[in-house]
Amino acid sequence: MAKELVLMKGNQAIAEAAIRCGADGYFGYPITPQSEVLEHLMAERPYDENSPAYTGMVVLQAESELASINMVYAGAAAGKRVLTSSSSPGFSLMQEGLSYLAGAELPAICVNVVRGGPGLGTIQPSQSDYFQTTKGGGHGDYRLITLAPATVQEMYDFVELGFDLAFKYRNPVAILSDGVIGQVMEKVMVDDYKPRWTNEYIEEHCPWAATGHRSTGKHRIVTSLELEALKQEAINDRIQAKYRKCEEEDTRFEAIQCEDADYLFIAYGSAARICMKSIELARAEGIKVGLIRPITLWPFPTKAIKEIGGRMKKILSVEMNAGQMIEDVKMAVEYKVPVEHYGRYGGVIPTPVEILDALKKMI
Amino acid sequence: MTEEIIIAGFGGQGVLSMGKILAYAGIMQEKEVSWLPSYGPEMRGGTSNVTVIISDERICSPYLNQFDTAIILNQQSMDKFESAVKPGGLLIYDPNGISNHPTRKDINIYQVAAADKANEMGISKLFNMIVLGGFLKIKPLVTPEMLHKGLEKSLPPRHHSLIPKNEEAVEIGKQLLTPYHTL
Repeated sequence: MAKELVLMKGNQAIAEAAIRCGADGYFGYPITPQSEVLEHLMAERPYDENSPAYTGMVVLQAESELASINMVYAGAAAGKRVLTSSSSPGFSLMQEGLSYLAGAELPAICVNVVRGGPGLGTIQPSQSDYFQTTKGGGHGDYRLITLAPATVQEMYDFVELGFDLAFKYRNPVAILSDGVIGQVMEKVMVDDYKPRWTNEYIEEHCPWAATGHRSTGKHRIVTSLELEALKQEAINDRIQAKYRKCEEEDTRFEAIQCEDADYLFIAYGSAARICMKSIELARAEGIKVGLIRPITLWPFPTKAIKEIGGRMKKILSVEMNAGQMIEDVKMAVEYKVPVEHYGRYGGVIPTPVEILDALKKMI
Repeated sequence: MTEEIIIAGFGGQGVLSMGKILAYAGIMQEKEVSWLPSYGPEMRGGTSNVTVIISDERICSPYLNQFDTAIILNQQSMDKFESAVKPGGLLIYDPNGISNHPTRKDINIYQVAAADKANEMGISKLFNMIVLGGFLKIKPLVTPEMLHKGLEKSLPPRHHSLIPKNEEAVEIGKQLLTPYHTL
């Protein structure tokens, strides 16, 4: 199949993108609302020479989320482009592995199709894992580069982008989605199948990778352990320098109808989509409101929010949680513009009208 | 043009696939589309619904609480979604199994007695296509040609021999449509 327009769910788009961008492996364990990722991979059979979607990609249902993330660690250590996906409780189980990936400076993608928590919570959509994902859910001074798709097309596009960023910075990337974007079907333009990286390509581009090939004769050790404090500090310095570079070069956001706005919504993912509808309703009533949609949640678009948000009378941070991103928004505008939060949580999705009412109440 | 539709009924009535066929037909007509199903406990309790949006423009929210059209196939869905139709909007329902009929006076209401007809003709699986026909009679959002292409896209190839029967069912639905309350 060549480049074409298809109708698919966000979860299927993740799987389809992984196959078509030439990923080497997926390791995962089913959990609602993201089970279609593994299901679609198994249906397409990229590992089967007789399948039209054959690329040689490995697809494996692991025995648990712990196994999945550690299989990802192993694949990444060999310079392979690997990913896993889960939903909130499963993503929690992966935090140790993500910290190790960051510590060993390994590239990989972990998709979290968020459901309401805490605990086992519910299977309905939520954005309650913002803190966990952007502030580091595991131990140690690390960050996950966090992409927040708002459409099925972005679910698709962010897989290849995620690999690019993961390898550019040798750091794990999170795709932070939710049950709405995972389950909704929309139009997606899919690419031609790209071949997986060859061993020669990996040798050339990933000199750190423990490929098991003897061609260079050098030992390559991949580890997150360094017992000497000064050396560990130097490793941390190197990691932090990467993060500063990432903040500089790879912060992404979308500004919608901000030019003439008096008020501003800040929202990501499905909440941003709902806000776009609220903007339509608000503007029909003469209320000039715009939207900043962070596309990278880390690095957070602090500069853009300071600049655009600084011109506003008030800002409403709309989140499907009890108020998490609002902290970053307040810091971005340096507490100079009033910032309020509107959210529903526990798996409840706010409606466009509800958000409009919250805006009116605020102003 | 933007049409925001909720289709709601029992699991197994073909609610989701009706929405999918409509969405595919929309794509064939180069429209923007979105299809958002209910999932999880709602479905296990027996009810199922899907929000379908077809538009000439970029679609904002895939999740809505007011609709241009509600296609309603059981009492629970009537109770939940009658009030969610925008004033001046459209409600289509199958009266089979409905004891509390809709009472709104500010919307257009039509009946399609699809369940009875499908049983009578021995085509119970095409029930959803009869209902879809009723909808397309009032709002011809997609042409018959595009509907054909939509069916081709959404049905697996082994079921393509059934496409003409599906199209017949759509035609039957168009004939069955009866006004219940119109503005």
